[in-house]
Amino acid sequence: MRNLFAFLAGSLFGVGLLVSGMTDTTKVQGWLDIFGDWDPTLAFVLAGAIIPMAIAWRFTEGRRPVVGGVFPNKPNPRLGRNLVIGSTLFGMGWGLAGLCPGPAMASLSYGGLGGLVFLIAMIAGMLAAPPISTWLEETPQPA
Amino acid sequence: MEQDWIWGLVGGLIIGSAAALFLLANGRIMGASGLLGGLVDGSGRSNWQERALFIAGLVLAPIPVASLYTEVDTHLTSNLAVVVAAGLLVGIGTRLANGCTSGHGVCGISRFSLRGIVATVFYLIAGGVSVLLFKHLLGVI
Repeated sequence: MRNLFAFLAGSLFGVGLLVSGMTDTTKVQGWLDIFGDWDPTLAFVLAGAIIPMAIAWRFTEGRRPVVGGVFPNKPNPRLGRNLVIGSTLFGMGWGLAGLCPGPAMASLSYGGLGGLVFLIAMIAGMLAAPPISTWLEETPQPA
Repeated sequence: MEQDWIWGLVGGLIIGSAAALFLLANGRIMGASGLLGGLVDGSGRSNWQERALFIAGLVLAPIPVASLYTEVDTHLTSNLAVVVAAGLLVGIGTRLANGCTSGHGVCGISRFSLRGIVATVFYLIAGGVSVLLFKHLLGVI
């Protein structure tokens, strides 16, 4: 059951990304381009996605997941350097190409060679991240 | 197009429903970078089937839907140096931050997670700066 639900959730996610226009890099870059021809679509996508998810979080209280186990704990509120540096690097790459990890996978069938190159580079970056993370943690924090 | 925001909202509701299903059924956070990252670096070995099937659905389900469109195009730049640089930044950044637009953005903000909100603020600002820098100042995209 767990695997079936995972496949269904992934399928819905992929269809939602396509329907919303978020696999079109011009719409993503258009949203980030506040000094150019600004495109507000992404705000509607994010708002639309947060509504069912906010309801789902309320629904988890006092319950268990369908397949058993427990719901994820609220994350540690500690922010840390990795979160800030990582999100900044991610944002730079996101603006540069207009793709983030979900759409990069959802558009694999129609994204052409460029889409595949992006995905391979992204996986290479993911594999490079743990040593960078270790290095960041060992570098003393500025006073 | 004028209806873009409606399709954005509809698509967003579908994305949110996917995240809600993954949470309520499997008790898992729907984060694209984490699901893939754990699969490629081996940290998610214990539940690799769940990860692989999620990604299989994500890659395969858009195929029949895309055929309903007259034209479906990512409009990704043909400059492969830019594509590689962007992919590396997205890969490193999302794993350092432990999340991307789906995990920190959709799943984090909807539970008022401070980490999700801070991450989203930083990647939105960095994305805006990136477009300003590479498009308007340097003209490479």
